[in-house]
Amino acid sequence: MNLAIDIASWLLLAAGGSLMVVSGLGLVRLPNVFARLHAAGLADTGGSALLLLGMALQAGWSLVTVKLVLIGIFLFFTAPTAGHALAHAALLGGISPDDKGESEDDDEDDSPDGRGG
Amino acid sequence: MMLLACLLVVLGMALTLIRAVRGPTVYDRILAVNVYGTMTVMLIALLGFLAGRPDFLDLALVYALLNFVGTLAALKFFKHGHLGEER
Repeated sequence: MNLAIDIASWLLLAAGGSLMVVSGLGLVRLPNVFARLHAAGLADTGGSALLLLGMALQAGWSLVTVKLVLIGIFLFFTAPTAGHALAHAALLGGISPDDKGESEDDDEDDSPDGRGG
Repeated sequence: MMLLACLLVVLGMALTLIRAVRGPTVYDRILAVNVYGTMTVMLIALLGFLAGRPDFLDLALVYALLNFVGTLAALKFFKHGHLGEER
């Protein structure tokens, strides 16, 4: 029984950590803000929920689990709010959802040595 | 197993930091910092389990609150140009 709980917790923690890495990859590789919001949602919902569930399985029934559930409830309400506010602000700020993002050879100010495309 | 989860979250934070540094618009940077904060909350909680000190969960809760308020304040500033003073 104890071993089964440990294995389930390990699987949940590994899946949650993997979702965090996938979210970071999506943030780096997707073309514009509105596409990157999808990757951000991956970390905010899936990764956090799986990691919190894995930690709750490790903690058992105690005050620690109550705190983990509190963190989960709070992220459950704030992540969609922040995502919606960011998409609305970006839309009002004049960013078109259609643009293909920066191409590799016109990074204007971040890399002074433009690596040729 | 906690160590593996910690390392994965740190890897995700490093990738997110790349976008925060080279994001072309300010909204990319705010989005990256928001995701970075979420990952930091998870990392603090995991470190609490790793060190055997569950008190770290209180810090994680406070960091989640501060992250949300900070994101909304930065968004409001860049959308309106001020934080709501009288005109």
